[in-house]
Amino acid sequence: MIFTTEEILETIRMIQIEHLDIRTVTLGVDLLDCRRDSVDETIKRLREKLLNATEGFLDTIKRVELEYGIPIVNKRIAITPASLLISSLDVEDYIHLAKELDKLALDVGLDFIGGYTCFLEYEVSSTDKVFLKSIPIILNETERLCASIVTATTKAGINLDAIRESSYVILETARIKARPIVCAKLIVLCNPPGDNPFMAGAFHGIKRGERVINVGISGPGTIRSAIERLPKDADILSIVEEIKRVSFKITRSGEFIGKEIASRLGINSVSVDISLAPTPEEGDSVARIIERIGVETFGAPGTTGLLFLLNDALKKGCLMASSSVGGLSGTFVPVSEDKGIAEAVGKGVLTLEKLESLTNVCSVGLDMIPIPGDISPYTLMGIILDEMAIGVMHNKTTAVRILPVPGGKPGEWVELGGLLGRAPIISVNSTPCIDIFKRGGRIPPPLTSYRN
Amino acid sequence: MKRAIITVTGIDHTGIVAGISSVLANFGVNILDITQTIMGDIFVMALLVDITKLEDITPLVEKLLEEGERLKVKVSFEREEIFRVMHRI
Repeated sequence: MIFTTEEILETIRMIQIEHLDIRTVTLGVDLLDCRRDSVDETIKRLREKLLNATEGFLDTIKRVELEYGIPIVNKRIAITPASLLISSLDVEDYIHLAKELDKLALDVGLDFIGGYTCFLEYEVSSTDKVFLKSIPIILNETERLCASIVTATTKAGINLDAIRESSYVILETARIKARPIVCAKLIVLCNPPGDNPFMAGAFHGIKRGERVINVGISGPGTIRSAIERLPKDADILSIVEEIKRVSFKITRSGEFIGKEIASRLGINSVSVDISLAPTPEEGDSVARIIERIGVETFGAPGTTGLLFLLNDALKKGCLMASSSVGGLSGTFVPVSEDKGIAEAVGKGVLTLEKLESLTNVCSVGLDMIPIPGDISPYTLMGIILDEMAIGVMHNKTTAVRILPVPGGKPGEWVELGGLLGRAPIISVNSTPCIDIFKRGGRIPPPLTSYRN
Repeated sequence: MKRAIITVTGIDHTGIVAGISSVLANFGVNILDITQTIMGDIFVMALLVDITKLEDITPLVEKLLEEGERLKVKVSFEREEIFRVMHRI
C-alpha cells in the first residue's frame, strides 16, 4: 500500500472525530464593470453577472466534498464593496441593492453574501452617511447579506468620526428588532484583507481578479487532539513542533480542495485562510487548546503568551504547506462560537480587557461578544477605538463584532443558535470617554506607516 | 489514473471483505492494493481502487455507505490525492 495504515487512519480520524473541515469556500466576484448610469441598470447588470459567475459553484462543491470526503460547511460569495457599486443620496437605492443581493444569495442557495462594505478611514462623505443609514435597515430586513465598515488603516490612521458613526449603526441595528444575532452580520474593521473568506468581513478586494476562490479551513479539534496525544509533561518545543505538523497537514488539504474546486470552475486564483475557527462542538475549541497547554481556564494570566505560541506555530506550519496563504490567517477568539471561551467569560476569568489584549498576538479582534444593550454609544466608540489602535500600530487586521442585547444584564446567557453558539453578556467598563469623540477628526497614521 | 482509498473500520466479523469487494466488482472497479489489520478490537481495512472509468462516483459512494451499514462497519471514501497532500512533502 502506498500509504501506511496509520497515515490513512490519521486522515480519517481528523475528519470524522476531530471535526477537520473546510469551514467555507467563498467565491470572490469583481463587479466593478457592472456600474451604470442608473441604479436600476447597475443592479440588473450585477444580478446577471453574479448568476453567471456562480453557475455550477454549488454542484462543484458537492462533488468535491463527496470525492474527497472532507465536509465543506459554508458556501458563500464576496463581492466588490457595495459602496463602490452605486453612489446615491437616496437611502432607498441602497436598500434596493441590498435586497437584490440577499435575494440572489437565496436564489442561488448560498449561505451568505459579503461585501456590503464602506471605507471610511479617511472621511465620511455625504453618500457614505446615506450608506451607513441603510445598514441597520438592511441587516434587519435581509437574512444573508453581511456588512462591514472600515474605520482605520495603518496608512490612513484612525477616523474618529467613522468610529462614532459605526457605534450608532451597531446600536441601531441591535435596537430595531431587539435581536442580537442581527449584529453578527456587521463588523467594524481595521486593515481588512480583500481575500478574507470569513463573514461578516468578507469582500472582494479591488484588482483581485475577475473570480477567485478563497478557502477557510477549520481545525481547532485536530490541534487539541494532537496536543492531547503528547505526554502530559512534554516540553514546550514538542508542543510547537506538533502544532506545526498538524497545521501543515490541514493547510495542505485545504489548499488542495480549494485548487480542485477552482480548477473545475475555470478559476486560476486561490487563497487559503488558515485561521483556526472554533465551533460550539465539544473539543472544537481554541480555549481547550490553550488550557491543555498550560492554564486552568482560558483568560488566566499566561493566556496571551500561549495564544501567541499557538498562532505563531500555526503560521510556520502553514507557510511551509502553501504559497497561497491569505485572508486573515490568525486565530479566532469568537466568544459565543467557542464553548470554552464562553464558559471562561461565564466564570468571570475572561474579561473584555483580556480579550482586547489577545488581539495583540492573534487576529482578529473582539468577536461575537454579547454586551448590555444599554451601553453608552461613547463607551462603544471607546471600545472600537482601542481595537482599531491595536490594528493600526501592529499593521494587522483587527475588528469589532459586538452584539448589544437590549434589556440584557451582565452574566445572562444569550442563545444565538447553530454555529453561532451561546455566550454570557460581558461586563463593560463604563467610565466616560466622551470628549475624544466630540473632538472628532482623524488620528494620524503611526511612524511605522512611513516606510519609503 | 484516478484512484481512491476506501477505508473500512469496525468490529471484525465474517463477510466484510466479501461484501465490500462485491460492491466494487458490480461497479467494475478494480482493486489495486489491499491491506488489513486488527488494531485492538477494531478491524481496519484500506483498499486502493482505480476509479478512472467511473464518470460519476456518487452511486458507488452511496452503495458503499449502504453496504457499510448492512455490515455494521464504518466505510469512508476519499480520492487518493488527499492522503498524498497531507502525508507526502
